[in-house]
Amino acid sequence: MLVIALDTSTPAVTAGLVALDDGPPRALAERVTVNPRAHGELLMPQLLDVMTEAGRELGDADAIVVGAGPGPFTGLRVGMATAAALGQACGRPVHPVCSLDAIAAQATAEGPLLVATDARRKEVYWAAYDAARARIDGPHVQRPADVPTDGFAAAAGEMAEALGIAVVEPRYPTPVGLVAAARAALQGEPAPLVPLYLRRPDAAEPGKRKSVLTRGGK
Amino acid sequence: MTADRVVLGIESSCDETGVGLVRLAADGTVELLADAVASSVDEHARFGGVVPEIASRAHLAAMAPTMRRALDESGLELSDVDAIAVTAGPGLAGALMVGVAAAKAYAAALDVPLFGVNHLGGHVAVDTLEHGPLPQRCLALLVSGGHTQLLLVEGIGEQVTEIGSTIDDAAGEAYDKVARILDLPYPGGPPIDKQAKLGNPKAIAFPRGLTGPRDAKYDFSFSGLKTAVARWVETEQREGREIPVADVCASFQEAVADVLTAKAVRAARDLDVDTLVISGGVAANSRLSELAAQRCAEAGITLRVPRPRLCTDNGAMIAALGAHVLAAGAKPSPLDMPANPGLPVGTIVVQ
Ligand SMILES: [Zn+2]
Repeated sequence: MLVIALDTSTPAVTAGLVALDDGPPRALAERVTVNPRAHGELLMPQLLDVMTEAGRELGDADAIVVGAGPGPFTGLRVGMATAAALGQACGRPVHPVCSLDAIAAQATAEGPLLVATDARRKEVYWAAYDAARARIDGPHVQRPADVPTDGFAAAAGEMAEALGIAVVEPRYPTPVGLVAAARAALQGEPAPLVPLYLRRPDAAEPGKRKSVLTRGGK
Repeated sequence: MTADRVVLGIESSCDETGVGLVRLAADGTVELLADAVASSVDEHARFGGVVPEIASRAHLAAMAPTMRRALDESGLELSDVDAIAVTAGPGLAGALMVGVAAAKAYAAALDVPLFGVNHLGGHVAVDTLEHGPLPQRCLALLVSGGHTQLLLVEGIGEQVTEIGSTIDDAAGEAYDKVARILDLPYPGGPPIDKQAKLGNPKAIAFPRGLTGPRDAKYDFSFSGLKTAVARWVETEQREGREIPVADVCASFQEAVADVLTAKAVRAARDLDVDTLVISGGVAANSRLSELAAQRCAEAGITLRVPRPRLCTDNGAMIAALGAHVLAAGAKPSPLDMPANPGLPVGTIVVQ
């Protein structure tokens, strides 16, 4: 089957067309640009470049896989909104995958693995995986120092360095990693397209109104 | 080029997710086919104003279902759509990006042109769905929680020029703040309007902002009015007197409606324009429309106010503007178009 893979949960803007048959997934074409400020501008042109390079139309894809985060909210939503609209317009299922799972699926290490990406505010999004790359903990959002590293020899993801253990590739989700992580899900009904925000919106209920008379009559 | 064309509009600049469908006829007239809106207003109520992140999350969740409702309402399928228009700005950055990303994907998947259009122009264009074509020149007064602007419109798909705007709070924002002062619910427009009908508009002489001889003729200011209301209420409370809520509301509303209509009518006269369109969420306010009707009649100006449902943010207004720019022969927007929270009023279509 042909799968469109999209992810905007990290500074990388990722679009690819992946062939999935009996063997490992193969990228037919992909575009990955690292630019944390231009997800909305870059994603769709990159996807159209991908389709042109692969000699395919958007409607030729059998399914869409999208990284559901966790990731900085505004960028993350670009990929999710794009995937949802493509799926609706083309009449194709859209499967969300945890973006950290996509990184883990491609990690160049043996044994248990940690994946960490940038959550800003001096925190990381992280998850833990067993040797078979099944997620055993997470995703969570915490300070790097609070991530339990005992029993893990290696970490992947753009914030792997911050965990103080051996660092392995990749730093960002790839189209092949996304499809590999979604492999089982692609056989069934798609899960709801819900982003993994992990944080509540910043919003404070207004307190008691300040006096205008005691503000010097301003 | 003579066949009817179906234009889909997507709106996500604030707290309403809107999808609308219109039909552009060969003669340039535009007909409403569907108008589906999902609002996150209730989720913002306890914060006393729109929380951008809450709005953005709601847009993402609501986009596909709202699209489905609009299509069902019109009896059309996405494959019937000939062009897509989306609000490119102005508005909340994160909220706009959801609509723009979705619109690009719909346009690419359907292989139809995409127009990133101006939200403010949409508020004017929507009136053509109700009252037919606009004259070549008209004046528009946009009043809502996010905008308070006077626009000179010379061809709705062609040229829009801002001739005045608020220098501080939007009119709707002043309503929300005054509602809070009086312990009335958010959004403040409807409860204040309701109370005002029971009160005396002349009870309290609240200030009319920027109406001095040297003030900018067409600009507005509502911050001083809001502070004056707060000070008046607080003084009364300190004196141990009960607050006459209906009179405060009526007097406040009178001050808002007086300034808005006086400046709009003056601008129409100065610019020799004979049609005034009032749109935006506050256009539904009873005193504003009443006073505008009275003053326009006295000045010989034709007043056009779309029905309340069309005045608030929706996708139909964006579809309507999209239809007019399509009819005017505008070039489509590129797929790398950014959402622009500060899109200038004069930019009708992003190129
Ligand atoms: Zn608006």
